[in-house]
Amino acid sequence: MSTDRKPAVVEILLVEDSPDDADLMSDALKEGCLNPHITVVDNGEDAVHFLQQQGAYATAPRPDLVLLDLFLPRKNGHEVLAEIKRDALLRRIPIVILTSTDNEEAIRAAYDLHANCCVTKPADQEQFAQAVKKIESFWLRVTRR
Amino acid sequence: MSLISNGGRPIEILLVEDEAEAAETTMEALRDGRVRNRIHWVEDGEEAIAFLRRQNRHAAAPRPDLILLDLNMPRMNGHEVLDIIKQHPDWRRIPVVIMTSSDNEKDILMAYDRHANCYITKPLDIDKFIEAVRSIEDFWLSIVRLPAA
Repeated sequence: MSTDRKPAVVEILLVEDSPDDADLMSDALKEGCLNPHITVVDNGEDAVHFLQQQGAYATAPRPDLVLLDLFLPRKNGHEVLAEIKRDALLRRIPIVILTSTDNEEAIRAAYDLHANCCVTKPADQEQFAQAVKKIESFWLRVTRR
Repeated sequence: MSLISNGGRPIEILLVEDEAEAAETTMEALRDGRVRNRIHWVEDGEEAIAFLRRQNRHAAAPRPDLILLDLNMPRMNGHEVLDIIKQHPDWRRIPVVIMTSSDNEKDILMAYDRHANCYITKPLDIDKFIEAVRSIEDFWLSIVRLPAA
């Protein structure tokens, strides 16, 4: 991969209702070699509208990657997943569940709803940042989209 | 840093790949990885389904935690296998990583449409191929929380 040309902007949508977590994740994503443009929404309803480019989000860019928490106000992560993965075109967008829950059922349900993968947020901040960078690196550099 | 709580048992990987050389390289790379895993190699789509159904010689097959799936194979191609897996009420939650030599846009879209968890084009260069397999191991076997059965 060429390192001397500026990489194209990658669009990342963070669906996260904890401002601290959202900040940590944004910082970690920006530290990667890619050139991310990050949008943060803090509830499931806005996440769906953003992805569907509806209402206030009519001109929203289509994300290359979505990091989605499960427990959110105004439509939880499972509901967002169900709606997006039902859509013939939007289902192609990789959705990584990044959640603090350790609950086996919740994880299983996410995979049933076709989450691309699930990552449990490490309690340790440094490990959390590392995990976010690995997610970015794998999804935006290794996989094809 | 392994965040998986799989009770210390090895991660069961089903490798569906018709080219022996590619399969050998993949298995070598995974064996060298940090996370304990067991690789089950089948050479075509029909064998993959038989493995999941625990039929014939696969009667004692474990349920895979992860499936690495080639697309262009005889007797049942990867797209058909993917469709069967992702429509099945139980198997659908097993992550499927497409690993194929095809970088055809149509194949990529079709795979994601059928809910492939991710799609990786096999590099032609062997070192890059090994690197790609290591990336899979580094991500799917380390960071990712795989679903329980």
